[in-house]
Amino acid sequence: MDFPISGTHISPVLLITAGFIIGICGGFFGVGGSFLAGPALFSFGLPMNFVVGTDLAHIVGKSMVAARKHYRLGNVDLKLGAIMMLGTIPGVELGAQGIQYLKRHAHVNDVVAVVFIVVLVSVAAFVAWESLKSMRMGRHERKSKSLGRAGKSDVSVLSGVAKRVHLLSLPPMLEFPTAGIKRVSLWVILGVGFFGGTFSGFLGGGAGYIRMPALVYLLGVPTHVAVGTDLFEIIISAGYGTFTHAFKGNVDILVALVMHTGAAIGAQLGASLTQYFHGPRIRLAFVPLPLAGAGLILYTLLTGHRLG
Amino acid sequence: MAYLLEIAAYSACVFVYFFLTLHFFGDWLKRLYDHDKLLYGLTALGLITGQGLVLESLTTALARLFRGKPK
Repeated sequence: MDFPISGTHISPVLLITAGFIIGICGGFFGVGGSFLAGPALFSFGLPMNFVVGTDLAHIVGKSMVAARKHYRLGNVDLKLGAIMMLGTIPGVELGAQGIQYLKRHAHVNDVVAVVFIVVLVSVAAFVAWESLKSMRMGRHERKSKSLGRAGKSDVSVLSGVAKRVHLLSLPPMLEFPTAGIKRVSLWVILGVGFFGGTFSGFLGGGAGYIRMPALVYLLGVPTHVAVGTDLFEIIISAGYGTFTHAFKGNVDILVALVMHTGAAIGAQLGASLTQYFHGPRIRLAFVPLPLAGAGLILYTLLTGHRLG
Repeated sequence: MAYLLEIAAYSACVFVYFFLTLHFFGDWLKRLYDHDKLLYGLTALGLITGQGLVLESLTTALARLFRGKPK
Protein backbone atom coordinates (compact mmCIF):
# COMPACT_ATOMS: atom_id res chain seq x y z
CA MET A 1 0.00 0.00 0.00
CA ASP A 2 1.29 3.47 -0.89
CA PHE A 3 1.51 6.21 1.73
CA PRO A 4 1.92 9.38 -0.39
CA ILE A 5 2.53 11.81 2.49
CA SER A 6 5.77 10.15 3.60
CA GLY A 7 6.47 8.72 0.12
CA THR A 8 6.70 5.11 1.36
CA HIS A 9 5.25 1.75 0.38
CA ILE A 10 4.44 -0.56 3.34
CA SER A 11 2.36 -3.72 3.62
CA PRO A 12 -0.81 -2.87 5.62
CA VAL A 13 -0.84 -6.41 7.09
CA LEU A 14 2.67 -5.84 8.45
CA LEU A 15 1.66 -2.46 9.89
CA ILE A 16 -1.46 -3.85 11.57
CA THR A 17 0.44 -6.85 12.99
CA ALA A 18 3.20 -4.60 14.28
CA GLY A 19 0.53 -2.37 15.82
CA PHE A 20 -1.08 -5.38 17.53
CA ILE A 21 2.21 -6.52 19.13
CA ILE A 22 3.09 -2.97 20.13
CA GLY A 23 -0.41 -2.49 21.54
CA ILE A 24 -0.08 -5.52 23.82
CA CYS A 25 3.29 -4.25 25.06
CA GLY A 26 1.89 -0.76 25.52
CA GLY A 27 -1.16 -1.88 27.46
CA PHE A 28 0.89 -4.19 29.67
CA PHE A 29 3.83 -1.90 30.43
CA GLY A 30 2.00 1.40 30.12
CA VAL A 31 4.78 2.90 28.04
CA GLY A 32 3.07 3.48 24.71
CA GLY A 33 5.33 1.10 22.85
CA SER A 34 7.47 3.63 20.98
CA PHE A 35 10.58 1.63 21.91
CA LEU A 36 9.23 -0.85 19.36
CA ALA A 37 6.98 1.34 17.18
CA GLY A 38 9.71 3.84 16.32
CA PRO A 39 12.26 1.19 15.31
CA ALA A 40 9.58 -0.77 13.43
CA LEU A 41 8.50 2.28 11.40
CA PHE A 42 12.14 3.13 10.63
CA SER A 43 12.77 -0.43 9.47
CA PHE A 44 9.65 -0.24 7.25
CA GLY A 45 11.30 2.66 5.40
CA LEU A 46 9.78 5.75 7.03
CA PRO A 47 12.26 8.67 7.34
CA MET A 48 13.09 9.47 10.97
CA ASN A 49 11.23 12.79 11.10
CA PHE A 50 8.07 10.95 10.01
CA VAL A 51 8.82 8.15 12.48
CA VAL A 52 8.83 10.67 15.33
CA GLY A 53 5.61 12.46 14.36
CA THR A 54 3.68 9.41 13.17
CA ASP A 55 4.53 7.44 16.28
CA LEU A 56 3.15 10.28 18.40
CA ALA A 57 -0.08 10.22 16.41
CA HIS A 58 -0.39 6.47 16.65
CA ILE A 59 -0.12 6.38 20.41
CA VAL A 60 -2.80 9.04 20.96
CA GLY A 61 -5.47 6.66 19.76
CA LYS A 62 -3.89 3.61 21.38
CA SER A 63 -3.32 5.16 24.77
CA MET A 64 -6.99 6.09 25.10
CA VAL A 65 -7.94 2.43 25.00
CA ALA A 66 -5.39 1.29 27.58
CA ALA A 67 -5.86 4.35 29.84
CA ARG A 68 -9.59 3.79 30.07
CA LYS A 69 -9.01 0.19 31.10
CA HIS A 70 -6.49 1.24 33.76
CA TYR A 71 -8.84 3.96 35.00
CA ARG A 72 -11.49 1.30 35.63
CA LEU A 73 -8.88 -0.69 37.57
CA GLY A 74 -8.17 2.36 39.77
CA ASN A 75 -4.65 2.84 38.40
CA VAL A 76 -4.88 6.48 37.23
CA ASP A 77 -3.96 9.50 39.35
CA LEU A 78 -5.68 12.23 37.32
CA LYS A 79 -4.23 15.07 39.41
CA LEU A 80 -0.65 13.82 38.97
CA GLY A 81 -1.12 13.30 35.23
CA ALA A 82 -2.69 16.73 34.71
CA ILE A 83 0.06 18.59 36.58
CA MET A 84 2.86 16.64 34.91
CA MET A 85 1.42 17.57 31.53
CA LEU A 86 2.22 21.25 32.24
CA GLY A 87 5.90 20.33 32.08
CA THR A 88 5.57 17.77 29.31
CA ILE A 89 4.08 20.06 26.65
CA PRO A 90 6.98 22.60 26.63
CA GLY A 91 9.37 19.66 26.53
CA VAL A 92 7.58 18.18 23.51
CA GLU A 93 7.86 21.50 21.67
CA LEU A 94 11.58 21.70 22.45
CA GLY A 95 12.09 18.20 21.06
CA ALA A 96 10.07 19.01 17.94
CA GLN A 97 12.18 22.11 17.31
CA GLY A 98 15.25 19.87 17.56
CA ILE A 99 13.85 17.67 14.78
CA GLN A 100 13.22 20.72 12.60
CA TYR A 101 16.82 21.86 13.13
CA LEU A 102 18.16 18.46 12.07
CA LYS A 103 15.88 18.39 9.00
CA ARG A 104 17.33 21.70 7.84
CA HIS A 105 20.83 20.26 8.15
CA ALA A 106 19.93 16.84 6.58
CA HIS A 107 21.13 14.78 9.57
CA VAL A 108 17.82 13.72 11.04
CA ASN A 109 18.02 9.96 10.28
CA ASP A 110 21.52 9.39 11.63
CA VAL A 111 21.34 11.60 14.72
CA VAL A 112 17.89 10.48 15.87
CA ALA A 113 18.78 6.81 15.23
CA VAL A 114 21.96 7.01 17.33
CA VAL A 115 20.23 8.87 20.16
CA PHE A 116 17.42 6.31 20.07
CA ILE A 117 19.87 3.39 20.37
CA VAL A 118 21.74 4.97 23.28
CA VAL A 119 18.52 5.76 25.15
CA LEU A 120 16.98 2.31 24.64
CA VAL A 121 20.09 0.39 25.72
CA SER A 122 20.54 2.63 28.77
CA VAL A 123 16.92 2.23 29.87
CA ALA A 124 17.04 -1.57 29.43
CA ALA A 125 20.26 -1.87 31.43
CA PHE A 126 18.98 0.27 34.27
CA VAL A 127 15.57 -1.40 34.53
CA ALA A 128 17.17 -4.88 34.45
CA TRP A 129 19.50 -4.00 37.32
CA GLU A 130 16.76 -2.44 39.42
CA SER A 131 14.18 -5.18 38.79
CA LEU A 132 16.50 -8.03 39.73
CA LYS A 133 17.59 -6.32 42.94
CA SER A 134 13.98 -5.45 43.82
CA MET A 135 12.77 -9.02 43.26
CA ARG A 136 15.44 -10.30 45.67
CA MET A 137 14.37 -7.68 48.17
CA GLY A 138 10.71 -8.57 47.67
CA ARG A 139 11.27 -12.24 48.44
CA HIS A 140 12.53 -11.29 51.91
CA GLU A 141 9.53 -9.04 52.54
CA ARG A 142 7.01 -11.63 51.37
CA LYS A 143 8.30 -14.15 53.94
CA SER A 144 6.98 -12.00 56.78
CA LYS A 145 3.79 -10.54 55.33
CA SER A 146 1.29 -11.27 52.60
CA LEU A 147 1.10 -8.81 49.71
CA GLY A 148 -1.87 -10.43 47.99
CA ARG A 149 -2.03 -11.66 44.38
CA ALA A 150 -1.61 -8.31 42.68
CA GLY A 151 -1.14 -5.71 45.40
CA LYS A 152 -0.88 -2.09 44.41
CA SER A 153 1.98 -1.54 46.90
CA ASP A 154 5.38 -2.29 45.44
CA VAL A 155 8.99 -2.99 46.35
CA SER A 156 11.94 -1.25 44.75
CA VAL A 157 15.63 -1.17 45.49
CA LEU A 158 15.41 2.58 44.81
CA SER A 159 12.69 3.34 47.37
CA GLY A 160 15.19 5.45 49.26
CA VAL A 161 15.64 7.75 46.24
CA ALA A 162 11.93 8.57 46.18
CA LYS A 163 11.97 9.31 49.92
CA ARG A 164 14.83 11.79 49.45
CA VAL A 165 13.01 13.39 46.51
CA HIS A 166 9.88 13.81 48.66
CA LEU A 167 11.95 15.63 51.27
CA LEU A 168 13.05 18.33 48.78
CA SER A 169 11.34 21.46 50.09
CA LEU A 170 10.74 23.58 47.00
CA PRO A 171 7.26 25.06 47.45
CA PRO A 172 4.57 24.64 46.48
CA MET A 173 4.35 21.14 47.94
CA LEU A 174 1.56 18.88 46.66
CA GLU A 175 -0.15 15.68 47.77
CA PHE A 176 -1.27 12.84 45.48
CA PRO A 177 -3.38 10.35 47.49
CA THR A 178 -4.09 7.98 44.59
CA ALA A 179 -0.37 7.57 43.93
CA GLY A 180 0.38 7.35 47.65
CA ILE A 181 2.53 10.51 47.68
CA LYS A 182 2.07 12.56 50.85
CA ARG A 183 4.19 15.51 49.78
CA VAL A 184 6.36 16.37 46.78
CA SER A 185 7.50 19.61 45.20
CA LEU A 186 5.55 20.83 42.16
CA TRP A 187 8.90 21.52 40.45
CA VAL A 188 9.92 17.86 40.68
CA ILE A 189 6.69 16.85 38.91
CA LEU A 190 7.16 19.52 36.24
CA GLY A 191 10.80 18.51 35.82
CA VAL A 192 9.88 14.86 35.25
CA GLY A 193 7.26 15.97 32.73
CA PHE A 194 9.61 18.36 30.88
CA PHE A 195 12.42 15.81 30.69
CA GLY A 196 10.08 13.12 29.36
CA GLY A 197 8.39 15.56 27.00
CA THR A 198 11.71 16.51 25.38
CA PHE A 199 12.40 12.88 24.61
CA SER A 200 8.85 12.49 23.33
CA GLY A 201 9.14 15.43 20.95
CA PHE A 202 12.57 14.35 19.72
CA LEU A 203 12.24 10.55 19.54
CA GLY A 204 8.49 10.19 19.17
CA GLY A 205 6.05 8.19 21.24
CA GLY A 206 5.10 9.08 24.79
CA ALA A 207 8.59 8.53 26.26
CA GLY A 208 7.07 6.22 28.83
CA TYR A 209 10.44 4.44 28.93
CA ILE A 210 11.70 7.67 30.57
CA ARG A 211 8.62 8.83 32.44
CA MET A 212 7.44 5.52 33.91
CA PRO A 213 10.80 4.72 35.55
CA ALA A 214 10.86 8.34 36.80
CA LEU A 215 7.38 7.92 38.31
CA VAL A 216 8.38 4.68 40.03
CA TYR A 217 11.96 5.43 41.13
CA LEU A 218 12.00 9.22 41.63
CA LEU A 219 8.46 9.79 42.84
CA GLY A 220 7.79 6.40 44.44
CA VAL A 221 4.51 5.81 42.60
CA PRO A 222 3.45 2.12 42.69
CA THR A 223 4.05 0.47 39.33
CA HIS A 224 0.38 -0.20 38.54
CA VAL A 225 -0.54 3.46 39.20
CA ALA A 226 2.53 4.62 37.25
CA VAL A 227 1.37 2.55 34.26
CA GLY A 228 -2.15 3.97 34.29
CA THR A 229 -1.17 7.57 35.07
CA ASP A 230 1.52 7.56 32.38
CA LEU A 231 -1.01 6.39 29.81
CA PHE A 232 -3.45 9.13 30.80
CA GLU A 233 -0.75 11.81 30.53
CA ILE A 234 0.39 10.47 27.15
CA ILE A 235 -3.04 11.13 25.64
CA ILE A 236 -2.69 14.89 26.19
CA SER A 237 1.04 15.33 25.61
CA ALA A 238 1.14 13.09 22.55
CA GLY A 239 -1.93 14.89 21.24
CA TYR A 240 -0.03 18.15 21.37
CA GLY A 241 3.02 16.43 19.89
CA THR A 242 0.91 15.09 17.02
CA PHE A 243 -0.42 18.53 16.22
CA THR A 244 2.92 20.34 16.36
CA HIS A 245 4.71 17.69 14.30
CA ALA A 246 1.84 17.55 11.77
CA PHE A 247 2.07 21.31 11.42
CA LYS A 248 5.81 20.92 10.80
CA GLY A 249 5.15 18.26 8.13
CA ASN A 250 6.35 15.24 10.15
CA VAL A 251 3.18 13.11 10.46
CA ASP A 252 1.86 10.53 7.99
CA ILE A 253 -1.52 10.09 9.63
CA LEU A 254 -2.56 7.27 7.29
CA VAL A 255 0.35 5.12 8.55
CA ALA A 256 -0.74 5.91 12.11
CA LEU A 257 -4.38 5.05 11.41
CA VAL A 258 -3.49 1.69 9.84
CA MET A 259 -1.07 0.74 12.62
CA HIS A 260 -3.56 1.80 15.26
CA THR A 261 -6.21 -0.65 14.05
CA GLY A 262 -3.94 -3.44 15.31
CA ALA A 263 -2.82 -1.58 18.40
CA ALA A 264 -6.36 -0.92 19.66
CA ILE A 265 -7.16 -4.54 20.42
CA GLY A 266 -3.59 -5.30 21.52
CA ALA A 267 -3.78 -2.56 24.14
CA GLN A 268 -7.01 -4.00 25.60
CA LEU A 269 -5.45 -7.43 25.95
CA GLY A 270 -2.19 -6.05 27.36
CA ALA A 271 -3.91 -3.95 30.01
CA SER A 272 -5.91 -6.96 31.25
CA LEU A 273 -2.71 -8.89 31.92
CA THR A 274 -1.30 -6.43 34.50
CA GLN A 275 -3.64 -7.79 37.15
CA TYR A 276 -1.72 -11.04 37.26
CA PHE A 277 1.82 -9.68 37.79
CA HIS A 278 3.37 -7.51 40.48
CA GLY A 279 5.76 -4.56 39.98
CA PRO A 280 9.29 -5.96 39.68
CA ARG A 281 8.19 -8.79 37.37
CA ILE A 282 6.52 -6.31 35.00
CA ARG A 283 9.68 -4.21 34.96
CA LEU A 284 11.95 -7.20 34.32
CA ALA A 285 9.75 -8.43 31.47
CA PHE A 286 10.09 -4.96 29.91
CA VAL A 287 13.89 -5.22 29.54
CA PRO A 288 14.21 -7.19 26.26
CA LEU A 289 11.87 -4.85 24.39
CA PRO A 290 13.96 -1.68 24.20
CA LEU A 291 16.95 -3.88 23.37
CA ALA A 292 15.01 -5.39 20.47
CA GLY A 293 14.11 -1.89 19.32
CA ALA A 294 17.73 -0.76 19.50
CA GLY A 295 18.80 -3.82 17.52
CA LEU A 296 16.24 -3.11 14.82
CA ILE A 297 17.37 0.51 14.40
CA LEU A 298 21.03 -0.51 14.30
CA TYR A 299 20.33 -3.17 11.67
CA THR A 300 18.35 -0.75 9.48
CA LEU A 301 20.96 2.00 9.88
CA LEU A 302 23.91 -0.23 9.02
CA THR A 303 22.39 -2.29 6.19
CA GLY A 304 19.79 0.08 4.75
CA HIS A 305 17.47 -2.93 4.38
CA ARG A 306 13.74 -2.38 4.77
CA LEU A 307 11.29 -4.86 6.28
CA GLY A 308 8.07 -5.47 4.35
CA MET B 1 -10.67 -19.37 23.44
CA ALA B 2 -12.63 -16.21 24.21
CA TYR B 3 -9.57 -14.09 23.38
CA LEU B 4 -9.14 -15.88 20.05
CA LEU B 5 -12.79 -15.37 19.09
CA GLU B 6 -12.51 -11.73 20.07
CA ILE B 7 -9.44 -11.27 17.86
CA ALA B 8 -11.13 -13.08 14.95
CA ALA B 9 -14.24 -10.90 15.17
CA TYR B 10 -12.15 -7.76 15.51
CA SER B 11 -10.00 -8.74 12.52
CA ALA B 12 -13.13 -9.14 10.37
CA CYS B 13 -14.33 -5.67 11.38
CA VAL B 14 -10.92 -4.12 10.69
CA PHE B 15 -10.73 -5.81 7.29
CA VAL B 16 -14.08 -4.28 6.27
CA TYR B 17 -13.16 -0.87 7.73
CA PHE B 18 -9.81 -0.89 5.97
CA PHE B 19 -11.09 -1.66 2.50
CA LEU B 20 -14.19 0.55 2.73
CA THR B 21 -12.59 3.58 4.37
CA LEU B 22 -8.86 3.82 5.06
CA HIS B 23 -7.87 2.62 1.62
CA PHE B 24 -9.40 5.74 0.03
CA PHE B 25 -7.94 8.35 2.38
CA GLY B 26 -4.46 8.56 0.84
CA ASP B 27 -4.93 11.14 -1.91
CA TRP B 28 -7.27 13.37 0.08
CA LEU B 29 -4.89 13.50 3.04
CA LYS B 30 -1.95 14.19 0.71
CA ARG B 31 -3.75 17.19 -0.80
CA LEU B 32 -4.54 18.52 2.66
CA TYR B 33 -0.94 17.98 3.76
CA ASP B 34 0.40 19.88 0.74
CA HIS B 35 -1.97 22.86 0.94
CA ASP B 36 -2.87 23.54 4.58
CA LYS B 37 -0.63 22.15 7.34
CA LEU B 38 -2.70 23.72 10.13
CA LEU B 39 -5.90 22.06 8.92
CA TYR B 40 -3.95 18.85 8.28
CA GLY B 41 -2.69 18.89 11.87
CA LEU B 42 -6.19 19.35 13.27
CA THR B 43 -7.59 16.72 10.91
CA ALA B 44 -4.85 14.25 11.86
CA LEU B 45 -5.61 14.72 15.54
CA GLY B 46 -9.33 14.40 14.93
CA LEU B 47 -8.97 11.26 12.84
CA ILE B 48 -6.74 9.38 15.28
CA THR B 49 -8.83 10.48 18.27
CA GLY B 50 -12.07 9.52 16.52
CA GLN B 51 -10.69 6.17 15.45
CA GLY B 52 -9.42 5.62 18.98
CA LEU B 53 -12.88 6.17 20.46
CA VAL B 54 -14.63 4.04 17.84
CA LEU B 55 -12.19 1.15 18.14
CA GLU B 56 -12.26 1.35 21.93
CA SER B 57 -16.06 0.99 21.85
CA LEU B 58 -15.76 -1.89 19.41
CA THR B 59 -13.10 -3.73 21.44
CA THR B 60 -15.06 -3.21 24.67
CA ALA B 61 -18.24 -4.54 23.05
CA LEU B 62 -16.38 -7.58 21.71
CA ALA B 63 -14.77 -8.20 25.12
CA ARG B 64 -18.21 -8.16 26.76
CA LEU B 65 -19.62 -10.43 24.06
CA PHE B 66 -16.91 -13.08 24.26
CA ARG B 67 -15.58 -12.72 27.81
CA GLY B 68 -18.67 -11.48 29.59
CA LYS B 69 -19.10 -8.30 31.71
CA PRO B 70 -16.12 -7.52 34.00
CA LYS B 71 -16.88 -8.19 37.72
